[in-house]
Amino acid sequence: MLNLAIVSPLIFALFIPFLYKYVRSIHTGWFVLPLPVLLFVYFIQHLPLEPYGQTIPWIPSLGMDFQVYMDGLGLLFSLLITGIGSLVVLYSIYYLPKEKEKLGHFYVYLLLFMGAMLGVVLSDNAMALYLFWELTSFSSFLLIGYWNERERSRYGAQKSMLITVLGGLSLLGGFLLLSVMSGGSYSIRDWIDMADAWPQHPLFLPAMLLILLGAFTKSAQFPFYIWLPDAMEAPTPVSAYLHSATMVKAGIYLVARFTPIFAVSSLWVWLVMGIGMATLCWASFHAARQTDLKGLLAYSTVSQLGLIMSLLGAGALAFHGDPSDRRLYMAAVVAAVFHLINHATFKGSLFMTAGIVDHETGTRDIRRLGGLLSFMPITFTIAVIGSLSMAGVPPFNGFLSKEMFFAAMVQVANAHWFSLDVWGILFPVLAWVGSVFTFLYSLLFVGKTFLGAPKPSEWPKQPHEAPVGMLVAPVVLAVLVIGFGLFPNVLSNAVIAPAADAIVNGVFRQEGLSVHISHWHGWTIEVWMTIGVIVLGVLLYRTFDSWKRVYGAFSQRLSLNHLYDTVVRQMEERSHSLTSRYMTGYVRTYFLYILSAMLALLIVTIVLKVDGEFSLSHLADVGVHELMLVLAALVGTVTTLVAKSRLVAIIALGSVGYTVSLFFVLFRAPDLALTQLVIETISVALFLLCFYHLPKLSRHEKGVRFRLGNALISLGVGALVSVIALLAYSEKNFASIAQYHIENAYEKAAGKNIVNVILVDFRGFDTLFEICVLAIAALGIYALVKLKAPKGENGKYE
Amino acid sequence: MEVVMIIVIGCLFAGATYLMLSKSLLRIIIGTGLLSHGAHLLLLTMGGLKKGAPPLLGVQAEQYVDPVPQALILTAIVISFGVTAFLLVLAYRSYQEIGTDNIEQMRGKEDHD
Repeated sequence: MLNLAIVSPLIFALFIPFLYKYVRSIHTGWFVLPLPVLLFVYFIQHLPLEPYGQTIPWIPSLGMDFQVYMDGLGLLFSLLITGIGSLVVLYSIYYLPKEKEKLGHFYVYLLLFMGAMLGVVLSDNAMALYLFWELTSFSSFLLIGYWNERERSRYGAQKSMLITVLGGLSLLGGFLLLSVMSGGSYSIRDWIDMADAWPQHPLFLPAMLLILLGAFTKSAQFPFYIWLPDAMEAPTPVSAYLHSATMVKAGIYLVARFTPIFAVSSLWVWLVMGIGMATLCWASFHAARQTDLKGLLAYSTVSQLGLIMSLLGAGALAFHGDPSDRRLYMAAVVAAVFHLINHATFKGSLFMTAGIVDHETGTRDIRRLGGLLSFMPITFTIAVIGSLSMAGVPPFNGFLSKEMFFAAMVQVANAHWFSLDVWGILFPVLAWVGSVFTFLYSLLFVGKTFLGAPKPSEWPKQPHEAPVGMLVAPVVLAVLVIGFGLFPNVLSNAVIAPAADAIVNGVFRQEGLSVHISHWHGWTIEVWMTIGVIVLGVLLYRTFDSWKRVYGAFSQRLSLNHLYDTVVRQMEERSHSLTSRYMTGYVRTYFLYILSAMLALLIVTIVLKVDGEFSLSHLADVGVHELMLVLAALVGTVTTLVAKSRLVAIIALGSVGYTVSLFFVLFRAPDLALTQLVIETISVALFLLCFYHLPKLSRHEKGVRFRLGNALISLGVGALVSVIALLAYSEKNFASIAQYHIENAYEKAAGKNIVNVILVDFRGFDTLFEICVLAIAALGIYALVKLKAPKGENGKYE
Repeated sequence: MEVVMIIVIGCLFAGATYLMLSKSLLRIIIGTGLLSHGAHLLLLTMGGLKKGAPPLLGVQAEQYVDPVPQALILTAIVISFGVTAFLLVLAYRSYQEIGTDNIEQMRGKEDHD
């Protein structure tokens, strides 16, 4: 059932093109909508959760099965994927007009993604996970490039593809290393069970780094985040779904899933926490400078992903220290899970409001927007709720998880392993700085769009409130933001605790993990940090115009985007110049490569493998008339080489052919001699016929070097053939099958000419196919002779 | 005799390769002709030369020469004739259309047209 749930979107996607083609009057989205809703209902029935797994054999001989496992973490993500998915499909029905858009494509891609993403979070087999992982990259590529007539869309699609697939490959490498370490298992649960013995393994570190690279590229962590802002070229429902709520969290999922294996490593803690924190600060700082609404949200997504990542890094500390310490760092894992949910709700609603603004005014440029409050009050309300939640203001859910984040980072500063007692203080400070900028850009999002003086002259369209259907999805999300903010414990033991338990692999199983989220802990340091954020954030917002020049200090030439562009351009140019250096387009060149390679390989093989003794016995005697024939053949061959005129060359070739037929006579092959004589005569006739139409035998070759090279290679080929023939002749490993044919020719086929019997009887099918080849050649010749280019049409055949 | 034949075969192959490496289409076709002669003789020689009577049961003999290479060669002769004929007509037609028999001038156009 679980396997079926994963593939059901993929199966359903098969029907979308037909639905789109034959039922044009109804928006295709209405057909799609029931599927995520049903899946959401199916997944929510798993609560309260008993983890279970199912296996369908896939390639049993390689240990690869479609093995799924449902635990708290998988369930949390499945609910997000299907829940947000339902809302996004509903929103897209109003966002994408059915008259103009290629809805068939859109929903196929979207369902492809949905199935793939469910596969990522529910697969227990690493190879299946990898397969689905790449499928999410692929569907993301298709969705970003959905408006493929736009140059920016294609650029963004390619960029996301290159970066995430690079990470995907390294992920595959990491999985393979883990599989080697586990002795051939591909089950992630097996790996987790075996992981205790691994930290000393030489492959432990490479595997960890490779998997982290995969996670960081997918989750747009510093310095790989650059693809996410460009991914905003996708339609807004896609941005809300893939590029904020689900796909970019696949990296988070991966880090969470592999925490039990790698958490013992100090490098893991430092990398996950450090990169996460760097991403949070860098991206939130740069979010404030964005002038595109979706660009601002993209940077904000990057920074929030960094926040969750650093919480997971801090959570890995739960594997160290004594049980009381564990409980402290467990709070970080809980915060990560909680913020994951919160981020999906508030960021989803913000993306949808940005989409509404774009849809209703025709622009997303915040320099041209402003004063929309009076035109779209409902959208404004949703945006305020989402932004304040993102900024960490009570009573919204973002406030709760932000407080928990501060608390966790303060705990990190108290840790006394891995040099954290020295450097740990950086984390609360950076977390606070990042949060100030988060607050700032949240205010900018609302303030620059909805407040201030309206600039109707700048707007391509006269704005008005969005249609009700378009508002349903963001309203639902906004209600969730408030609901989770006021009653967080609806989630805590049902969803968050099982997920957190899965991340730490039941470290607390004996003690029992119970999560309780409270709004007020007294005047703790977190509260002061929040107050500081709000005060400084408002101050920065007030004075934004006077200090935003600072951003000018970041040179475009030094940016990561510039680096990416340079690398891609250089790679294209270099590979093109390298390829064009040896792919000349001349058949002759390729023929040279083939011959040289053949020569080199065969010579090496002969030198290495053959002990060099020719044992030539039972040789036939040499007669004088035979020698004369040999001489004739050689003279004929040389004549074809040096002939200046066509006629001489053709006649020389004919003479070689006739000599060969005389050889056949001498060597007791009467049928061959007859056939060769006839064929040679026809050939020469044909040559002479064509000869009339062909140009003079021009030697296009110029220069001695050219000819000398050719001569060397030809001599090499000739010598090599001779050597191989000698070797083959001197080593008779098995008896000829001739005797069978000689004995049975008359018995079984009633023929006395053994060669003929072989051709028409023993090997009759070969002869049949030979006739087919001749027929094809004849047809080809006929077509060539008959087919003429119509004149005056550039010589193209009709 | 076999050794002598093997040397002849080597010469045929060398000559054929040299001709096929040239740029003139007619010489290339002549090269394929030489190549098939060389291959036929190679097959025959590998079966052993003059080791009995011709493979005709009408001839009473203790031993017959190996008939299998002969059957192979018979097939090969016919096929190589087909190939040669096709190549010749191809050369004739392409000379008519393009006006050259230099294969280096026969490069296809670039894809973007």
